[in-house]
Amino acid sequence: MKRHLLEAADLDRDDATLVLDTAAQIEQALAGREVKKLPTLRGRTVVNLFYEDSTRTRISFELAAKRLSADVINFSAKGSSVSKGESLKDTALTLEAMGADGVVVRHSASGAPHRLANWVRGSVVNAGDGTHEHPTQALLDAYTIRHRLGRLEGVRVTIVGDVLHSRVARSNVRLLHTLGAEVTLVAPPTLLPVGVGAWPAEVGYDLDAVLPKSDVVMMLRVQAERMNASFFPSAREYSRRYGLDARRMGALPDDAIVMHPGPMNRGMEIAAEVADSVRSTIVEQVANGVSTRMAVLYLLLGGAPQ
Amino acid sequence: MARTSQPALLSSADVARIIDRIAHQLIERAATVRPGSDGLADLVLVGIPTRGAPLARRLAARIEAFSGVTVDVGTVDITLYRDDLRLRGVRALESTLLPDGGIDGRLVVLVDDVLFSGRSVRAALDALRDLGRPQAVQLAVLVDRGHRELPIRADYVGKNVPTSRAQQVRVHLAETDGVDEVVVEEPGERQEVSIAARPASEERSDRGADQGGRA
Amino acid sequence: MTNYLIKGAKPLGGDAVDILIEDGRIAAIGDSLSATGAEVVEAAGLIALPGLVDLHTHLREPGREDAETVETGSRAAALGGFTAVHAMANTDPVADTAGVVEQVWRLGQEAGLVDVVPVGAVTVGLKGERLAELGAMADSAARVRVFSDDGHCVSDPALMRRALEYVKAFDGVVAQHAEEPRLTVGAQMHEGDRSAKLGLTGWPAAAEEAIIARDVLLAEHVGARLHVCHVSTAGSVEILRWAKSRGVQVTAEVTPHHLLLTDACVEAREGVGGYDPVFKVNPPLRTDADIEALRAGLADGTIDAVGTDHAPHAVEDKESEWASARPGMLGLEQALSVVIETMVEPGRLDWAGVADRMSVRPAQIGRLAEHGRPIAPGEPANLVLVDPAVRSTVDPAALASRSRNSPYAGRDLPGRVVATFLHGAPTVLDGKAQK
Repeated sequence: MKRHLLEAADLDRDDATLVLDTAAQIEQALAGREVKKLPTLRGRTVVNLFYEDSTRTRISFELAAKRLSADVINFSAKGSSVSKGESLKDTALTLEAMGADGVVVRHSASGAPHRLANWVRGSVVNAGDGTHEHPTQALLDAYTIRHRLGRLEGVRVTIVGDVLHSRVARSNVRLLHTLGAEVTLVAPPTLLPVGVGAWPAEVGYDLDAVLPKSDVVMMLRVQAERMNASFFPSAREYSRRYGLDARRMGALPDDAIVMHPGPMNRGMEIAAEVADSVRSTIVEQVANGVSTRMAVLYLLLGGAPQ
Repeated sequence: MARTSQPALLSSADVARIIDRIAHQLIERAATVRPGSDGLADLVLVGIPTRGAPLARRLAARIEAFSGVTVDVGTVDITLYRDDLRLRGVRALESTLLPDGGIDGRLVVLVDDVLFSGRSVRAALDALRDLGRPQAVQLAVLVDRGHRELPIRADYVGKNVPTSRAQQVRVHLAETDGVDEVVVEEPGERQEVSIAARPASEERSDRGADQGGRA
Repeated sequence: MTNYLIKGAKPLGGDAVDILIEDGRIAAIGDSLSATGAEVVEAAGLIALPGLVDLHTHLREPGREDAETVETGSRAAALGGFTAVHAMANTDPVADTAGVVEQVWRLGQEAGLVDVVPVGAVTVGLKGERLAELGAMADSAARVRVFSDDGHCVSDPALMRRALEYVKAFDGVVAQHAEEPRLTVGAQMHEGDRSAKLGLTGWPAAAEEAIIARDVLLAEHVGARLHVCHVSTAGSVEILRWAKSRGVQVTAEVTPHHLLLTDACVEAREGVGGYDPVFKVNPPLRTDADIEALRAGLADGTIDAVGTDHAPHAVEDKESEWASARPGMLGLEQALSVVIETMVEPGRLDWAGVADRMSVRPAQIGRLAEHGRPIAPGEPANLVLVDPAVRSTVDPAALASRSRNSPYAGRDLPGRVVATFLHGAPTVLDGKAQK
């Protein structure tokens, strides 16, 4: 494993598999226990450095670190020196002085974790940077798929929605490809980046054509403000062409699952009856997020400081 | 690399005999707690991966052969409880699996291949504490090589082997290494396990070396 | 005034000659010249070029003297072999009045290291709404001839048309920063495979090309001079080639960094972390295909000049997340080296070509009578002596600029400016600034 987890490409197939296997062992070890706490990272400090509001991701990392007995410091941009204009570098040097062993960073700027990694000795874990990547989300998604379907090799994953602005899509395309899955992207052409052709994924515009050949459908959140920037004409038209409703879910193979990284826009990209169906893994994804992040923290911080 | 010139400390037959003996001791011990098969019903054999796990299963099989009673078996991976991760680096985790009946109020016998510093056992005790509250915990090991660093002793010992600290004691089992034997290696000597049936995972043989070597 | 006798230099790479400088002018050129009292400059093996002229320099004064001043920028220019630089108008306050351009011009005179030629803003405050007092700036002591809102595009087509027309009255030229703003909202890097991968908003080539296409048509229609700043795409070169073939009075410049670097710099490489804002610039670094087209365009004259777009930035404006970093990179001190690396050594431009693209044509575009002149008796002694053989590794800490944002840090580049003469006086001797 590399020292930092900045993007999915930091993980080769062995590393990624090790993370998933470790997460599975942790989940097994903690299953049914009253004391859901392990002493592994006792005395280690993990800083959650969140420049963007993301309660669910922060809580997931916080719980993961605490279950490994790390000391957790939440450093959110609001109400801290960051909001008073302190630069990322100065914040990094502050964390360094505090002796952070790991920094979990969420930032609205693509590449901010990469910059941070230049300035701190501890391990940096990207918890989502701008429109770039969100590698632990991809890991928990891969974990969920493997758990549900029993494999990743050859699994046909269709990712639907705002690929252009999605860090979840970028990380999933890379990681799922690394793990042997076959990824197809479906979106209106306006929400696919120029250059998507270089990605290890098929690209299509027609959701109905792809659904019968999908073992996994991953619906991405579509933000309403994209509508105002003319990425698509209206929420209704988007929903009609790219939303997953019960009729479309019926076109999926029998064992296929439906995923969503959350938070969902019910009625927009996903219908409520789909989100709440037995095919939906949305709640599992949240639970798996903790185990997966525990695995990442253990593998990055558990050993000797590099 | 050539195999060690040292003859095996324990042969396959030795290992089998030791397991039989400890199985008998466990049956007796259980009977002193509660006569008949009730005592065995309270027994849980918990193997410490890697090689403690197959040893625990073998013990259970022999107990069943001798007494007709099926004994619960589990495994507890101690990696996340180790105090030497910072020194030795992280490693892949192995299975932690307890029987459906759990361990509360029962006699837990931890099973490991080599008892050395006692740190693995301490980690296992910490793990057990998080998993439940046994009535008592005992320890069974194939080899006790001395050099304890903690106040820990085994209740059932296959063989006491005086060693120097620098020596390595390597336990090989058919399940993990393709053959049953225990060998002692001199410093600098690195035995190649040249068994075709050996599992591919390097992690496992390294892991065994860790526990049998310097803790 | 001290006289100088340059011994054994090769003008434009030709035969070695001696050059005598008296009273700020070239007094004689010949073999084995001697002159009593003249200071001798040994120049065996060195190439003599007319002093370089930059059409595109940001000196940051007034307003951001922490990043650069007229004096520090002038010193960097002299060390880079320049004898004249055009100081861009995006200062604070903006150079949109006679007062500001005269202040910059006077600061340049006081520094005395290079002729600082102010560029006037096209529109008041660079806001793109109404014309600045272009005539007043032209008539001022600074004698402004080049007008530019650089950093911003004059995107309103009607306003651009008026500007092109208006400056004809005093033989001025509008230097356009070609960037259709609606196509580059939030843009961070060249739009292509790498922007898709890195999750940075793309700056499409079409946003530059659309403006250039529009402006050459406007220039043709009103019969005015147009200059295109920092051309960065293959498509732009094609449009310029077409426009020139139609006789449009259009000129264009390319920056050293667009001749050498691509958007690959933004990605992580061995030992480099990625997203380093030292590579953030506007227009952005493009692709290998663009580089090839730009080199070909500079070689065949479609692109007239090399303009550095020297853009110093304080550390805090660069050591940050990519998105919040200011765009721009240093260029004055490495411009000639980059041209040698990309154009001379591959055989695409000879030394006469270098003189043409880095001195003669930019001086003509800026209407500078005393620069870009032939190396001949009677001409002003604005000269640079270059050792083309030396290669060295760029160390930002050793630069004369007040800022350190050089994209060439750690790169091995050829060529060393040994001496620069400005109106007969050395501003650089033996590679060292003289004040």
